[in-house]
Amino acid sequence: MKNITYQTLEGKSPGFYGLLAGAGFFILLGLFAAYNMEHHGHSITGMNNQIVWGLPHVFAIFLILAASGVLNVASISSVFKKTFYHPLSRLSALLAITLLIGGLSVLVLDLGRPDRLIVAMTTYNFKSIFAWNIFLYNGFLVVVGVYLWFMMERRMECYYPKAGLVAFLWRLILTTGTGSIFGFLVAREAYNAALLAPLFISLSLGLGLAVFLVVLVIDCWETHCPIGEGTLHRPKTLLGVFIGSTFYFVMIYHLTNLYITQQHGVESFILWSGGIYTFLFWVGYLAVGTILPLILLYHPRFNTTRNSILIASLLVILGGFSLLYVFIIGGQAYPLQIFPGMEVLSSGFFDQAAVHSYLPSHWEIMLGFTGVGIAILTTVLALRILPFLPRSLADTEVDPMFQD
Amino acid sequence: MKEYPPNQSLQRRDFLKTTAVIAGITLAPGILLHRFSQAKALDQAVTAEQRWGMLVDTHRCRSDCEECVKACKTEHGITEQVRPEIASQWIRKVEVRNRQTGKEYSLPVFCQHCEHPPCADVCPTGASFKRADGIVLVDKHICIGCRYCMMACPYKARSLVHETLEQQKSYSPRGKGTVEACTLCVHRVDRGEPPACVEACQRSGHQALLFGDLNDPSSEISRKLADIHSSVLRPDLDLNPGVRYQGI
Repeated sequence: MKNITYQTLEGKSPGFYGLLAGAGFFILLGLFAAYNMEHHGHSITGMNNQIVWGLPHVFAIFLILAASGVLNVASISSVFKKTFYHPLSRLSALLAITLLIGGLSVLVLDLGRPDRLIVAMTTYNFKSIFAWNIFLYNGFLVVVGVYLWFMMERRMECYYPKAGLVAFLWRLILTTGTGSIFGFLVAREAYNAALLAPLFISLSLGLGLAVFLVVLVIDCWETHCPIGEGTLHRPKTLLGVFIGSTFYFVMIYHLTNLYITQQHGVESFILWSGGIYTFLFWVGYLAVGTILPLILLYHPRFNTTRNSILIASLLVILGGFSLLYVFIIGGQAYPLQIFPGMEVLSSGFFDQAAVHSYLPSHWEIMLGFTGVGIAILTTVLALRILPFLPRSLADTEVDPMFQD
Repeated sequence: MKEYPPNQSLQRRDFLKTTAVIAGITLAPGILLHRFSQAKALDQAVTAEQRWGMLVDTHRCRSDCEECVKACKTEHGITEQVRPEIASQWIRKVEVRNRQTGKEYSLPVFCQHCEHPPCADVCPTGASFKRADGIVLVDKHICIGCRYCMMACPYKARSLVHETLEQQKSYSPRGKGTVEACTLCVHRVDRGEPPACVEACQRSGHQALLFGDLNDPSSEISRKLADIHSSVLRPDLDLNPGVRYQGI
């Protein structure tokens, strides 16, 4: 492998300022939404005492999963010794940090009492997977930060593979923790499954790689960095594998539920009669987020173009978001089964509802996009300040032995 | 030996009888109340010697009665007028019908004060907790409003306060952005009084709610539970709720 020369963003182009302005705008909108939610209470949102977690949580978990998965590229280089991916490791680790900060920001700003963040950081109940996740998320920032430092500091280069291994293991545990937030909820039919941990890991790998590919293409376009077809096409195969593995876990999850009589109600709701949730599952996740990207990545008519990889990545992002929406909100929209064997005739608290309704307010949409804005802003600023991007990603620069 | 006329002897007997009756009337409720509540001094910590619980008799609970709900709202100052979806619900009346038999039941549902409360398990800060005497509460000072406990509760017994509150009761603090649920009227229980819903139910004459110490074999609730067949909501979860239901 040749010595790779890295560069910073020049920071003078309209694209650079456009990204900064766009991200800043989204952040301001989100902070305004958070202020209003804090001032007026959650009554101004679409969330209520039936749909407890709403769109902000979909955004937050999407970003957290993407953060964990985007570290793939660095892990493949340092843990699995595929040097082809080495030049991309810095960007991969940087995105892992910025996406996580974006996701956590949404989660914190959505709290009923965001001013008590210090309480969350100092008072722990160690039986709670949420408390463990606070350690896992903060620890991830530290671990990946050190990993990045070892990557960029020549004197520390000898420790770089070890740091890579720790980061790799840490992010697997982190995503297990994120999946377990739902997996440990014994009362809700849609959750309460150990399978959710590997499902979330697989989803994070796919989402992370898709986000990485989109960012890579945009960055290379912005820096005029030549990017070889090989550099894009190798991760393409990997993306296909992650799409397939996520589909496998989703299929097993639903097949298991279809087998268990107790779960037939919620399965019928998600797969058949759930309205927007059914639509998002079949069309959003399965057609747009799984089948179409696989066609784009593997069909000989499409799989040779750069655009098809970019579009497939965008579709995977849309599909993953749809799946999380169905899972997080659809799982709550299906009412709790408090009285098995009984039909609820009336209730003072919507127990008789066939489905709990939820319509996200503009405040929640604004808050959700704040996380994206924070991730973009911090990434762009970091790229401007420190050399994360290779000067060239031409195939022969990345791998002199490359053969098309 | 001094002798008293017969009429004087009768007067003394009457006096003693009257005194005994008055003393009995005066002391009996106190003794009963003591046995019922075993109230402790306010500076005395609660212990696991007691486990407070409730028995709901669905045969007695009337579908047209909401006295328990009204009493709870009055007691805890849950007076805000908001959309029903975001309104706080500490106790609600539910009408259900057995799918097999068609028999209908009316029952109140509220925090079941589980022995193994999932809400307390998942709470990241420990704001949701179970007192030694089995009452499950939320410490409003360290609740961050993450709502994970609401996701975890199998009975949908918890609510987030969605709006600014006014005219709160000093003994039952509530707060915007924090989660709340039935406290089993802990402020009353600590004074040796039954929860407001139980009192209201008795006042209405239905007597569908029986409150007491599940750990005390001689308490009325324990004796009744020993006699009758009772059940809990979602027994499959094995949470051992402190609230039990008779008749469903």
